[in-house]
Amino acid sequence: MREVAVVGIGITKFGALWDKSLRDLAIEASLEAINDSGVDHIDSMYVGNFSAGTLIEQEHIAPLVADYLGQNPIPATRIENACASGASALKMGFIEVASGMSDVVMVLGVEKMTDVTTPQAVYSLSLAADREYEGYQGITFPALFALVAKRHMFEFGTTRKQLSLVAVKNHKNASKNPKAQFHNIITTEDVEKSPMIADPLHLFDCSPITDGAAAVVLMPLEKAKKLNNHKIVKIAGIGQASDTIAIYQRESFVSFNATIKAAEIAYKMADKRPEDIDVAEVHDCFTIAEICTIEDLGFFEKGKGGEAIENGLTDIDGKIPVNPSGGLKGKGHPVGATGVAQIVNLVEQLRGEAGENQVKDPKIALAHNLGGSGSTVVVTILEVA
Amino acid sequence: MFTIPRIWREKKQRYRLEGSKCKKCSYTSFPPRKVCPKCGSEELEIIKLPETGKILTYTIVRNAPIGFTEFAPYAVGVIELEDGTRMLAQIVDSNFEDIDIGKKVKLVFRKLFSEGEAGVIIYGHKCKLI
Amino acid sequence: MIGIVGYGSYIPWRRIRIEEIAKVWKQDAEVLKRGLLIKEKTVPAKDEDSVTIAFEASKNALKRAQINPEDIGAVYIGSESKPYAVKPSSSIIADALGISPIVHTADYEFACKAGSESVFVSYSLVKAGLVKFALGVGSDTSQGAPRDALEYTASAGGAAFIMGSENIIAEVIETFSYTTDTPDFWRRDGQFYPNHTGPFTGEPAYFTHIINSAKGLMEKAGVSPKEITYAVFHQPNGRFPLRVGKRLGFTKEQLEPGWIVPEVGNTYSGCSLLGFTAVLDIAKEGDIILLTSFGSGAGSDSFLFRITKRLEEVRGNAPTLKDMLNRKHYVDYATYAYLRGKILMGKEG
Repeated sequence: MREVAVVGIGITKFGALWDKSLRDLAIEASLEAINDSGVDHIDSMYVGNFSAGTLIEQEHIAPLVADYLGQNPIPATRIENACASGASALKMGFIEVASGMSDVVMVLGVEKMTDVTTPQAVYSLSLAADREYEGYQGITFPALFALVAKRHMFEFGTTRKQLSLVAVKNHKNASKNPKAQFHNIITTEDVEKSPMIADPLHLFDCSPITDGAAAVVLMPLEKAKKLNNHKIVKIAGIGQASDTIAIYQRESFVSFNATIKAAEIAYKMADKRPEDIDVAEVHDCFTIAEICTIEDLGFFEKGKGGEAIENGLTDIDGKIPVNPSGGLKGKGHPVGATGVAQIVNLVEQLRGEAGENQVKDPKIALAHNLGGSGSTVVVTILEVA
Repeated sequence: MFTIPRIWREKKQRYRLEGSKCKKCSYTSFPPRKVCPKCGSEELEIIKLPETGKILTYTIVRNAPIGFTEFAPYAVGVIELEDGTRMLAQIVDSNFEDIDIGKKVKLVFRKLFSEGEAGVIIYGHKCKLI
Repeated sequence: MIGIVGYGSYIPWRRIRIEEIAKVWKQDAEVLKRGLLIKEKTVPAKDEDSVTIAFEASKNALKRAQINPEDIGAVYIGSESKPYAVKPSSSIIADALGISPIVHTADYEFACKAGSESVFVSYSLVKAGLVKFALGVGSDTSQGAPRDALEYTASAGGAAFIMGSENIIAEVIETFSYTTDTPDFWRRDGQFYPNHTGPFTGEPAYFTHIINSAKGLMEKAGVSPKEITYAVFHQPNGRFPLRVGKRLGFTKEQLEPGWIVPEVGNTYSGCSLLGFTAVLDIAKEGDIILLTSFGSGAGSDSFLFRITKRLEEVRGNAPTLKDMLNRKHYVDYATYAYLRGKILMGKEG
């Protein structure tokens, strides 16, 4: 397998973007990435998107995006793995370049969620759970993660405050990210006084409904070195794993096995350990998810995630900065785009172009993208080449 | 969107609590499976699940999805039945403050949802504290 | 010997007190409680209906009968609050209990006596030798219009009886039905609430039919009230069953165990049957029990039962009505109105 580099990045503003359609968002992010890369053509593209069918009544969006980018007849494929669609699409792009099949592959993640009402968007999201055996009991995504939170608090004594601090940190970081959906600073009291969605998760424990797109251009590392316009960042490792579709069939309710397995593969491939990671973007669809993830990734011992956040260990100037972009909570969560957006933000960090949220001199970064209630996880390790 | 054929096809699970048991490693699952997730065996038999169990974790859904708003707020939990089988079920007819991890429950037959005033009604099992 | 092989009852968890309802309509609760002899009534949950109640009662009946559900050859359900105007409740119950598909089922309607009809037909089918076991259920979640007298009494509950010819717990000695066309209470198709004729529901309807049916039964069976241990009548309020019992020559002691309406309310098709299950919960071998239902429209079915030794052996396999009466949760009028669909809601989503 050839080594693969990320040579171009692009990302739209995230938010409720009423005057932008899915096509608009896709084109904007794609053009930004292509122009940033300096390539003169692309060979193939992958589009990570969760539910254009239910959200904008449009399936088959990959050739649609290729068409509107003026890129027909290149091969274009949509990849869907719930909220891990973005990083799953990245893995396909990686394989196509690493295998030698193509030299320039663009990976786009895009989601347009605000054309439908909020209850309809929530319904769409719920399709990522087990429809028959969880959906029919009235489950929602906040409820699924609330089950995890309740158990994590029961087994390890994780506190309500520790959950709130995740949202507080991520909002603080997002406030300095011009492309983020939210720029307001919040306190733990704001979180705990926000409406209860599914005990113990309040509104501010939950990532929002968002429109947005992000794109990256991949090339073989050797050819990327010849482009000579940015610090070269390579994908040092990428791992993916699956788990049961329904959360009630999991071995553990306080740990996501797919995260552990995907990380194992990525660490092995990159020949790195958790302590080597300088900065991470993890999937904080709900505050509890960030706490479980920093444990499952090996940054902290199982059960000590809440404590770590409370002690500032995951702040931008902490031991392991987590979600300096604002994470899903602060930045927004356009489902299919998130996995690719994480890569864009980390490449910015590694290039030293992350603005006010710049972590000091990072060399190795980790992106964690989780789908559904943990049924798919993709972990990507990026390294300055 | 509630499709009648699928709802009808799955009624043995919802009505009669049919699960599967692996003949090789005894792992039980709800709904029934064709391949055992623990040992990979394809020899599974249909069993009738027990009607009592305990709560492993739970939450209270306050923002319900479409089709369930008439029941909100409601508690929902992961239940471990007497034989180890797990399922997800609403916890009904119980004061929220009485619900906790470890409490014993029994399965009850209730309406799961209906598609508005004119649509079919889907019945199944939820649970309540005992 | 043909009779009951298993019986089961079910009432919902929630209750509303007379005071709560009276408060809203600015009526005198104490006067009402004294007049109706009712304290509180059951309120079904949003996810309960006459089908779920029938299922739970039938489950309890199966636990006492200890038979293979597949041996039940017929399932009959009586209700005046069926969830569907067209689509049987009995097929849902038969399938859900594991009785299907070799079974005959039907849904019955005869106002409050739809339940006793189901029991009558179940018994008859077993007696004719056409089926080994038959399940008869009465179950309702009936509505009372706001501010109407029936709002204080219309409640939810159900009872189920498996009839058979072996392992009997209560033998059927005799039956007697009395029916005329008497429009004391009715509900037209598509209407949400029923209509009733006030005082006319008394003498020409309730009393005439119950008395004629009970007297006819006792004459046919050659028994007098003194030889009967307990008598259970349909209970639309607390006063009527005591009055009709007295007129027929029964004492308060004979009527007491089956007189459950003060704490349950009128469960319509479940009503007299639920009172009967309360008696079965305490009856002993040899006891003779008279059960007379009443359905508006109008008619009464009477049954005479003799308790066998086996009742005490299987009674403990399922909860008694008293067990269910002890586990309760009070709601206020607003919650009650919401649960009963009396509040005009907006479009969902």
